[in-house]
Amino acid sequence: MKKIVEKHSLAMRWFHWINFPVLFLMIWSGMLIYWGNDVYKVAIGDTVIFRFFPEGFYKFFNINHRLSEGMALHFLFMWFFFANGLLYVLYTLISGEWRELVPQKKSFKEAWLVLLHDLHIRKTAPPQNKYNAAQRIAYTSIIVMGFGSIITGLAIYKPVQFNWLCFLCGGYHLARILHFALTLGYVFFFLVHIIQVILAGWRNFQSVITGFEVVEDKPLTELAKEDGKTN
Amino acid sequence: MEKPIEPGKETKPEVQPEKEAADNKKLAELKQEALLEKQIKRRSFIAFGSFIVLGSAAFGGWKWLVNSDVETKTAATAGAKAPLRRALNQTELFFRRLFSNNHLVKTYPKEMAAKTVRVNGDVGMEPGFKPQDWKLQVFKGPADVLALTLQDIQALPKTELVFDFKCVEGWDQIQHWAGVKFSDFMAHYKLDKQAAMEYVGFATPDKKYYVGIDMPSALHPNTLLAYEMNDKPLPIDNGAPLRLIIPVKYGIKNLKRISTITFSNQRPPDYWAELGYDYYSGL
Repeated sequence: MKKIVEKHSLAMRWFHWINFPVLFLMIWSGMLIYWGNDVYKVAIGDTVIFRFFPEGFYKFFNINHRLSEGMALHFLFMWFFFANGLLYVLYTLISGEWRELVPQKKSFKEAWLVLLHDLHIRKTAPPQNKYNAAQRIAYTSIIVMGFGSIITGLAIYKPVQFNWLCFLCGGYHLARILHFALTLGYVFFFLVHIIQVILAGWRNFQSVITGFEVVEDKPLTELAKEDGKTN
Repeated sequence: MEKPIEPGKETKPEVQPEKEAADNKKLAELKQEALLEKQIKRRSFIAFGSFIVLGSAAFGGWKWLVNSDVETKTAATAGAKAPLRRALNQTELFFRRLFSNNHLVKTYPKEMAAKTVRVNGDVGMEPGFKPQDWKLQVFKGPADVLALTLQDIQALPKTELVFDFKCVEGWDQIQHWAGVKFSDFMAHYKLDKQAAMEYVGFATPDKKYYVGIDMPSALHPNTLLAYEMNDKPLPIDNGAPLRLIIPVKYGIKNLKRISTITFSNQRPPDYWAELGYDYYSGL
């Protein structure tokens, strides 16, 4: 028989779906700003491996000469990004949902097993509650990263008024690099997240909109039979 | 609880009540399943419906922002979309509250200062300018002009500053400047009444480059009227004979070749704020 299992609270769903477009706009407007002085590259010695970003990239996305627009957007949507993130953290603390999200002692070891399982190298995954060990680490890291973006962002935005923050970030120059690197981190997170969501399937995805999942609630005897089959 | 068998009903087959019970149970299960199905449908409909409606509203809001008109040009600002200009101005009000003269720019040892100081713009720097003929004009009032020579300004206490100059484009460079603190300058010439006003305006001799600075930022202890760079008189490209060095603002506000200083309670015109940039541009 079918059963409704509550999965994501309404608050969680709001935070998630507000954050998605806001973070997207922060990254987009951040790139409009970055264009003003696009000096970052990955290089070993004098050999440039990758430049952020190739000329064609700017042409394709029509990014050229939009620094003032980028700044205006960035300094508007930063408020939403900050407020949504702050409320999310407060919510998880007050509701107790942080218990499902924060990595446990065993999570760091288990995350490898989850990874091996996801890569089809290992057959079984460690038992889990709402989120597995890798998810716990990922979803907590992203909050730490968000915090880092706010700190480094403020350090760049008001380096004189928040000179102590700028100092904590290793100076204006380093704060900018960190702010940029964190953005690369979000893009990486997003790619892995999307792949995982696709692999997890529609039922999992729709639960982030509806809040619940429909599961087959099988009698114990049937479950025992299935167990016998798989073993 | 077992029901006592009534004598009158003995004729009926004994399996009947059991079958009925089983049927009833199945019926109840079916009913429950149908109810559940209904519940799933209803909740999914509400959730996806709200998701689509709110998502569309958010997208509509973005479209509205993107398609909104550019602000009506004011004396001080232009070029930004009207809602974005309002947001910039609101954000300015918030961060102005955190501004303090106690928040000083980080300073560095002289040796760390760049030998080749970056020159990033030549608006207002028309060729043929003769620094020796130059005089600074301070408009104390509409018809009350204080004209000063470089020697007058150099006679005031000199302040040196080695700090990380920050361009709105994103680059920064440690530079070494020297001049008179703007606050010392105002005090020396007893411009108290002017210092009580909201804004200061600076402009180049050709009036092609001009900036407006809020008074707290202008009077900040790091703000200089600079006439030296790397212990030598200012080179012409770096703003000779006198330029503004204001570490609490982006480079766009650090006007070179100052010709006039004005005071007002309204925002003075500002070159980059008329091209869509934040008027405050405070750091």
